[in-house]
Amino acid sequence: MKKTIDMKSQNPFWSFVYKEIGDQFRSKRMLILFGVMALTCIASLYTALTGIRKLEPGQISDDTLFFLNMFTISDGTLPAYFVFISFLGPLLGLTLGFDTINSEHNRGTLSRLLAQPIPRDYVINAKFTAAFIVLTILFSTLSLLVVGAGLIAIGIPPSPEELIRIISFTLLSIIYVALWLNLSVYFSVKFRQPATSAIAGIAVWLFFTVFAPLIINLILNGLEPSPYAPEQVLFAYEKFKFTLIQFMPNELYSQATSTLLIPTIRNLGPLTMEQIQGAIPGPLPVGQSLLLVWPQLTGIIAITMLFFIFSYLSFMRKEVRS
Amino acid sequence: MQDDFIIEMTDLTKKYNKFTAVDSLTLGIERGEVFGLLGPNGAGKSTVILMLMGLTEPTGGIIRICGIDPVRHPIDVKKRVGYLPEDVGFYDDMSGLENLHFIGSLNGLSKSEADSRAKQLIQEVGLSEQINKKVGQYSKGMRQRLGLADVLMKNPEIIILDEPTTGIDPSGIKEFLELIVRLSKEEGVTVLFSSHSLYQVQQVCDRVGIFVQGKLLAAGQIDALAESLFVGEHEQDLKDETAISKKYGLDDIYYRYFEGGFNHEKNN
Repeated sequence: MKKTIDMKSQNPFWSFVYKEIGDQFRSKRMLILFGVMALTCIASLYTALTGIRKLEPGQISDDTLFFLNMFTISDGTLPAYFVFISFLGPLLGLTLGFDTINSEHNRGTLSRLLAQPIPRDYVINAKFTAAFIVLTILFSTLSLLVVGAGLIAIGIPPSPEELIRIISFTLLSIIYVALWLNLSVYFSVKFRQPATSAIAGIAVWLFFTVFAPLIINLILNGLEPSPYAPEQVLFAYEKFKFTLIQFMPNELYSQATSTLLIPTIRNLGPLTMEQIQGAIPGPLPVGQSLLLVWPQLTGIIAITMLFFIFSYLSFMRKEVRS
Repeated sequence: MQDDFIIEMTDLTKKYNKFTAVDSLTLGIERGEVFGLLGPNGAGKSTVILMLMGLTEPTGGIIRICGIDPVRHPIDVKKRVGYLPEDVGFYDDMSGLENLHFIGSLNGLSKSEADSRAKQLIQEVGLSEQINKKVGQYSKGMRQRLGLADVLMKNPEIIILDEPTTGIDPSGIKEFLELIVRLSKEEGVTVLFSSHSLYQVQQVCDRVGIFVQGKLLAAGQIDALAESLFVGEHEQDLKDETAISKKYGLDDIYYRYFEGGFNHEKNN
């Protein structure tokens, strides 16, 4: 039996992917990343558990979606798990991808790879696939760890609905981190120096986390109507504010994850008084939550694919000299 | 054009914006020979090689490698042609054997096939003792030899070596050149060898093409070249690069480059 496997010619694409995964796991950077992620996990578990302990007994009794608190609650000292991930995820993506192509180029292995009888896009596809698999392993492990620790600590198993929410949160996180991964792969094609591409990636990340909200605030402050303005103007202003925020991928992600993990969130954009009238406060079923964040989900997937297309095209057009 | 040319280039041209790197090159290389492409740095040798491998698109002209057009079917060409770049790179954190395994898998070899072939080649290039050592600890000469083994992994019909001796010490160069000749004769491989050193090319090549500023100045057997180009002059003169340089009116840099390079190696 073993002999037949041995004799089979290896698929070039998958053997490339295996090699890349091996490289990722062996690298010291991966060790650091795992350390950071493990610390995150422990810290957020700690805050979640102390946060849960502080809850009033009345808040717990009739809450059927109690288990999700593991992901969302915080005692105030440290951010909750999902906030942590929205902060660290981009950095993780950038770290996985910033030297994808340029390190091959600098080592002189790229021209050797391209001289092999494989289609050129195997190189970038295999590298993306490998990083994506590493990401998936990392995030699934983290989510399962939190679920497992929660089971031990609070003793209430998650309901199927909660499980669906946790799984969709994990998938969304993977896609969101892949977005930043693709961005950094793009920079690694464009910039010859890994340090430059890393800094370019961090600059984009900083722009969206720090400067973009600032700029949006500036624009909104200039446009803010007087509180006595007609209702339509106020509504249009709120609508505009919401639209502007949607241009930031990190904002899309945090809207989507908070809706998925906190079922009591019933809407994201502005609502008129008529729309609120008659609504009964309470958790949304998972299908409705997903429906609510569908635009955000498709937005994140679209940006992720767009960045991949950019890096794919620029790699295919790149002239390779040793 | 004759049919027995394994590499055929007709009016091959490559332009980068206004700069012409390769200017209507027409050249045929026969099956089984060791052909030397001789020229100074920046003459366009590497550009020719990249076009042969289908890594760069020519601006004009036709290439046929084993009858295949590398512009349209680069993968079929890459199955038959091994390419050793000037500064060959390996994965430093993998051993020599692992590097060859990986290349074998990219060429669609089975695991056992790749393993036996890699071990055999490593022995042939004389790296048996370093087989499980990480490539990061290899010397420059060892890397070049591993590069040769790497190129032979796919069992090529043609190997193209782009300045393979850069950075190796003189005794290493001699060994390396002998290795190329021996392997090419044993395996019946056609070799295209690009170099800026006439001395090295003379040692190993059956035929030589002199390539300067994108143009092929002359091609043929070294002796025949001497007879046809240096009529009345002593044949020994050909071994003196300055004579060639003067004959072809090469520019000053080329002249000095050759002189320096030649003397350096002769002294050693």
